[in-house]
Amino acid sequence: MVAVAALTEDTAAGAPLAIRGVSHEFDIEGTPLPVLDDIDLDVAPGEFVALLGPSGCGKSTLLRLVAGLEPPRAGRILFDGAPVLGPHPSRVVVFQDPTLYPWRTVEGNVSVGLEARGLLRSQRHRVGDALRLVGLDGFARVYPHQLSGGMAQRAALARALVNDPQLLILDEPLGKLDSLTRLTMQSELVSLWQRKGFTALLVTHDVEEALLLASRVVVLSDRPARIKAEVANDLPYPRHRGDPRLAELRHEVLSLLGLDATW
Amino acid sequence: MTSETIREEPAAYLAGSAARAPSFARVAAAGLAWLGAGALTYLLPEQGDWPYTAAYAALLAAIGLALILAGILGRVLPRLDERLRVSSPRLVAVAVLLTVWQLVTAKYEILPMPFFPPPQAILEVFLDDWPKLGESIWHSGWLLAGGYVIGAVAGFLTGVSIGWSRAAAYWVHPVLRFVGPLPATAWLPIAFFVFPSSWSASTFLVALATGFPVAILTWSGVASVNSAYYDIARTLGARPRFLILRVAVPAAMPHVFVGLFMGMGASFAVLVVAEMLGVKAGLGWYLQWAQGWAAYANMYAALIVMALAASGLITLLFRLRDRLLAWQKGLVRW
Repeated sequence: MVAVAALTEDTAAGAPLAIRGVSHEFDIEGTPLPVLDDIDLDVAPGEFVALLGPSGCGKSTLLRLVAGLEPPRAGRILFDGAPVLGPHPSRVVVFQDPTLYPWRTVEGNVSVGLEARGLLRSQRHRVGDALRLVGLDGFARVYPHQLSGGMAQRAALARALVNDPQLLILDEPLGKLDSLTRLTMQSELVSLWQRKGFTALLVTHDVEEALLLASRVVVLSDRPARIKAEVANDLPYPRHRGDPRLAELRHEVLSLLGLDATW
Repeated sequence: MTSETIREEPAAYLAGSAARAPSFARVAAAGLAWLGAGALTYLLPEQGDWPYTAAYAALLAAIGLALILAGILGRVLPRLDERLRVSSPRLVAVAVLLTVWQLVTAKYEILPMPFFPPPQAILEVFLDDWPKLGESIWHSGWLLAGGYVIGAVAGFLTGVSIGWSRAAAYWVHPVLRFVGPLPATAWLPIAFFVFPSSWSASTFLVALATGFPVAILTWSGVASVNSAYYDIARTLGARPRFLILRVAVPAAMPHVFVGLFMGMGASFAVLVVAEMLGVKAGLGWYLQWAQGWAAYANMYAALIVMALAASGLITLLFRLRDRLLAWQKGLVRW
């Protein structure tokens, strides 16, 4: 990772997120399928919160609601004190698939946010800064299909970060990467978060990843998801995988998920 | 340029000029084949009286000499050399075919005569009737260009709007489903009395033939865009205008081009039929006129011109696609 001093200057401080009694359901051919049940969660500005839960429990749905891509059926979501009524570039999502636009170069992909808001002409330099931030500065003119999985996900991160989001919503962003790339990217995510100061909301299946990155781990139940427990993790960054305290927390979280028998 | 050669033919490049000798032999063989075709055409006695036999034989010989000259030039121009090396077997085949054609028509009259003219008769048409033929090309070209551009633009806009808006799809989709499968030529009789001129009627028909496939394919392209592309753009602050122009349209472009290719094929068919039946100009009309006068050489000449024009236009469209969809290289079989 290349450190860019200039970028720390325009750091947008994170903003608080409040989820108040949010419930949601899907209509599967007329029958309602409840996915979220009365979720209450407060995320402080600049906090890194991880959502852990069994597969298919509705974690990603919660992220879509926070992003404003869908309205919740019940409850309210407040971001920086104002209700979330739709998507906004201050709350950017990074999905499990990088979903880069194949017809745009890496540079073109990263500029999408600025272009969509008519800021590209005046702030083009931010594109290069974002690429440098994720270590892709040599790949500006390359098309997405020429990138490896890790590089593509870095490009997706740059595309999100170029907008200086106050909240970065991470929907299993490292889920499809090979395990080595994944370990590298976990450290990179932490250093990006520390440098930029955004609030981060991460969904992951990986208990170790949640504990390594987040200052608080929220454990969700099976569908419909409710908050089962919260585990605070005040270990200082950078954290080390071999830390015995991390192992204890991991045991605790696994038992909350009903998987402590594997310990 | 040189690097391409290296990639394609490493062995030949490494062996240096020694490896170019066989390629010159191939080109020389092609040149000799054309010279031979010219000699046979000139020397063998003819059954009928064909005024342009000598000119045609001279043309064949000139091509043969040009090939040999190009082969010599190819020793210093590697790119030319490569092209000649690749196409020389085909050039030999063409010379053989032209000779066979010559033998079964002018020389021995194995094929029935007015229907199968020798190549020199077609050369005669090109040399003597070129004003009329040229005017026909001009007319067809204008008609096709106007109709095709109008049809492609209208089809594209229709496809994008029904792919994007449910309301537009509700109203337009049934029309497309009902009218779309109708061959554009079926509209011909109505078009010729509804429109003020045969030219505008034909433009309409060509546009119709082009527009339907373009509309359907654009629509399916827009409808099949990965919804995550929209989600991403929306969270990055994109408004509907951006979603349509910068997400939906570029993502649908590969489909749009399939529609443009299909539309081009359909437009050729409609153009020729329209010119045969109503318009008093163009290559279709020329064909009809030649048939009326039993001028079979003129028909073949017109067919050759049509084939060249049509494949030229398709090539042009391929070039355009290669430019606009260069990003697809490496994603799909190109």
